[in-house]
Amino acid sequence: MLELKGISYEKDNKKILNNINLKIEGKKFVAITGPNGSGKSTLAKIIMGILKPTSGKIIFMGEDITDLDICERAKLGIGFAFQQPVKFKGITIKDLIELSLEKGTKCKGSCHYLTDVGLCPKDYMNREINSNLSGGELKRIEIATVVARKCKLTIFDEPEAGIDLWSFSNLIDVFQKMHETIKGSIVIISHQERILNIADEIILLENGKITEIGSKDIVLPKLLNVKSNCKFLKESNSNG
Amino acid sequence: MDKIETKLLKEITSTYKIKNGAYNIRKNGVGIERKVTENINIISKKDKQGIDIIIKENTKNEILHIPVIITEGGLTDEVYNDFFVGKNADVVIIAGCGIHNDGDTTSQHNGIHRFFLEENAKVKYIEKHIGEGNGQGKRILNPQTVVELKNGSTLEMETTQIKGVDSTIRDTRGVLQYNTNLIITEKIMTHGNQFAKTIFDVELNGENSSTKVVSRSIAKDSSKQEFISKITGNNRCFGHVECDAIIMDNASIKATPEITANNVDARLIHEATIGKIAGEQVTKLMTLGLTEKEAEKEIINGFLK
Repeated sequence: MLELKGISYEKDNKKILNNINLKIEGKKFVAITGPNGSGKSTLAKIIMGILKPTSGKIIFMGEDITDLDICERAKLGIGFAFQQPVKFKGITIKDLIELSLEKGTKCKGSCHYLTDVGLCPKDYMNREINSNLSGGELKRIEIATVVARKCKLTIFDEPEAGIDLWSFSNLIDVFQKMHETIKGSIVIISHQERILNIADEIILLENGKITEIGSKDIVLPKLLNVKSNCKFLKESNSNG
Repeated sequence: MDKIETKLLKEITSTYKIKNGAYNIRKNGVGIERKVTENINIISKKDKQGIDIIIKENTKNEILHIPVIITEGGLTDEVYNDFFVGKNADVVIIAGCGIHNDGDTTSQHNGIHRFFLEENAKVKYIEKHIGEGNGQGKRILNPQTVVELKNGSTLEMETTQIKGVDSTIRDTRGVLQYNTNLIITEKIMTHGNQFAKTIFDVELNGENSSTKVVSRSIAKDSSKQEFISKITGNNRCFGHVECDAIIMDNASIKATPEITANNVDARLIHEATIGKIAGEQVTKLMTLGLTEKEAEKEIINGFLK
């Protein structure tokens, strides 16, 4: 479904991504993990077209999409949930969900995309996506809009960031349900063991390079048990 | 009325059916149609152009329309309308002016509206300005609004001017007594070489008086906008001005806040933001499959909704 061939990305003479080669097959749930600054979000943005790689090629569904812009990639079936949800003035949650749905589809009162992320449609549909919403609410709305798109490939950039513990449990359910029902693949950038635990495959990114890749059953125990130089894992372990 | 005039009238009064309730239609400088009701009387002024609108005490759920249309070039129409709203009345007033100018000379309308609200009266005032036509003649609209709110009364004012008007100076002044509330929502979009200036001057004289002014504007092409807001708090009161503007192309926007507190319990806030369309907003909408142009359009439509 998605193939990255020799993707590198440089900024201010610093190599953020260094020759990434990766294949993601259809209907897979893939988690990309790694320490802060390892290039995870950059990689996600390169797949969506938000950033242009310095070198390399991106193949999606057999088509070279390296030179396509964000909109063209979205139309081909790539979706992206931002780590920091974007706020608007005047645009309501209903507006954004309707823009996410197939053209012309209206979101009715019982919009399940909101209930799935723990928000009551009646209370939220007509609210503006602005600073009056909490970080957790914005995050859940962001996830709802992306789920509504039913993409062939959906990328979530640290969906757990800014979400409280109660919502986090629901979030796991959302991803599991999405994985079971949609025909596409899911790529999640995450630090969270519980998210890694529901993935089919885990990719470990360190210093802009893939250092581990494989099925969850093989990679996750290594990440949790092996003493590594990976600072974030030590921190995660010490936080329980 | 011909097709153009009917269309203009419909655009100004889009929200409600005009024939329900009292109305006064003014065309090219003269009143052409009027209806009064048991509770709302409309009387022509004797000393100058304009009308007195007298709304009886306790009038509820009535809608008054006072649209103005101008389809002649070279016409300057100045009209003085005074609204006397009785105690406990609760009404909606739909005003506005549509200019269609296909000629090469200027068409101008200056509407001077004064509102006198008696105790506990409540008014929702909706005003839409429209300019259209293919001529070189300018379309100019200069509304002045004066609001005097007596104890317990509320005026909610919504004004909209989207494109088409070459020059506008909008001057709104309010004097608020005890326990009153003035809410003003303004939406403006200018393009080409248009100019729009807005002045708000509100005096919060009474205890517990409050005002909220929200201005959302978009300036495109080489248009210019100016926003001046003055709030004076002379008692225990609350005032909030929120001026939010999107600047595009070679446009220019100036916002001047002035808040004065003459009482230790006056709480006054002024927020002014001017900036281009946020790149991250466009990016988000593009990830949903919109082109850059479509994304900008959605952002603008939402902003002025």
